[in-house]
Amino acid sequence: MYETLLYSKENGVGRIVLNRPDKLNAFTAGMLKEMTDALKQVERDKEVRALVITGSGRAFCSGQDLGNVQGELNLKETLREGYNPLIQRLVGLEKPTVAMVNGAAAGAGMSLALACDFRIASENASFIQAFINIGLVPDSGSLYFLPRLVGYAKALELAVFGEKIKAEEALRLGLVTKVVPARALEETTKAFAERLAAMPTKAIGLIKRYMQKSFENDLAQMLEWEAFAQHVAGRTEDAKEGITAFLEKRKPIYRGF
Amino acid sequence: MREEWVKVWKEGAIGRIELNRPQVLNALNRQMVAEIVDALTAFDKDQDIGVIVLSGAGRAFAAGADIDEMAYDTPVTLEKLDQFSDWDRIRTIHKPILAAVHGFALGGGFELVLSCDIIFAAEGTMFGFPEVKLGVMPGAGGTVKLTKAMGRAKALEWLWTGEMFSAEDAKAVGLINHIVPSELLLEETLAFSQKLLKQAPLALRLIKDTVNKAVDYSVFDAMQAERKNFYLLFASEDQKEGMKAFIEKRRPNFKGK
Repeated sequence: MYETLLYSKENGVGRIVLNRPDKLNAFTAGMLKEMTDALKQVERDKEVRALVITGSGRAFCSGQDLGNVQGELNLKETLREGYNPLIQRLVGLEKPTVAMVNGAAAGAGMSLALACDFRIASENASFIQAFINIGLVPDSGSLYFLPRLVGYAKALELAVFGEKIKAEEALRLGLVTKVVPARALEETTKAFAERLAAMPTKAIGLIKRYMQKSFENDLAQMLEWEAFAQHVAGRTEDAKEGITAFLEKRKPIYRGF
Repeated sequence: MREEWVKVWKEGAIGRIELNRPQVLNALNRQMVAEIVDALTAFDKDQDIGVIVLSGAGRAFAAGADIDEMAYDTPVTLEKLDQFSDWDRIRTIHKPILAAVHGFALGGGFELVLSCDIIFAAEGTMFGFPEVKLGVMPGAGGTVKLTKAMGRAKALEWLWTGEMFSAEDAKAVGLINHIVPSELLLEETLAFSQKLLKQAPLALRLIKDTVNKAVDYSVFDAMQAERKNFYLLFASEDQKEGMKAFIEKRRPNFKGK
């Protein structure tokens, strides 16, 4: 049982709900710890083959809880000890992750959404690189994810001006996978995540692992990693099932390994 | 001798040694080191074996040494025990020793890795010398081999901080040879072993001897040793076969004579 979030699973989908609605789900040290712990559960639980992260109430996550900051905050250590391991763990998770962005995703809350593989946004959702508005710089991966998602110039614009990006604009920029009416958010995300959870999980994990490497490797090295990855994927039960089903002209039933 | 802490077996011409204290992440105790070195020595003398592969069972290759065993030692007990003399014997092994490393290679486990010839590491493997955190330092060659391999400044940083470094870090400074997906660690190590098994065993043996000398000797002395070993290979049947096959444009059939 967690104090700052809710964790549940259903139909192969793990679900983390940031649960401090009165604080717009702002991050505290405790919440970062609990999230990291929940991610460990997701990693280990073979039944969980996709993860949804969302916020309770009207916000997705408003970033660091500034009201919680007493005296001088050592920002570097806060990041190194709290946020950075969380973001690394989330990005390194070899299962597909979906941010269900129900409202504002601000500062590190936006970073959290960007660290997921997919983002499904309510029409009421908004994104904001709020850091600059209090004299700070993007963290928790935003400097890494943003230019990769929207290109350098646009990323710089978003980070420097710190203006609110509405859902439709986020869609146009390629920041989100899809935008849906608020009342359809739950249902759409559920279907999306359950679809992912029924896919060949090991293969998705390998795709994530090696596509991430593409940013620091050249073609020759990537071709080599692809050969490795294909070798691993080719030996999974799911690949056998996929090929058999193809030959038998039926829909494959994947089990995730 | 019956091994308690390692598993030793033959796979064709490959001698396999698996560290087998997984409940303590293969922490090395004195008996375990003796068992490893005895197995290495036996394989070195075994005419049917061409290559030796060292690996670890469980979650790690070897995450350090057995601290309980030495917590109450004194200089006198250590001098009389002379436990590190077992490690010296590894240097006398003539055959290629390959290490398949995953999880953690820390302290004594890292020293064992540095005692091997070709090192394959699984992605995500962490290396380090945490001895400093216990108020001591490596004692089985760690400081010496690390410095030889990566230079003074880097070695001091690794040894003074006691922090863990990634496989990428270790590869960048030339400590290890290859990083491969964890799923394929043994397979790739064994495939490399097969490649070595096709080479002339005496050539492998004298190359290892000369490279070891190159690390320790002056350039001039090492080159003298190289020359003698080069001449010596002309006394082998494999040299005749190798050069004949080259002229006849066929694959050589080496016999190790």
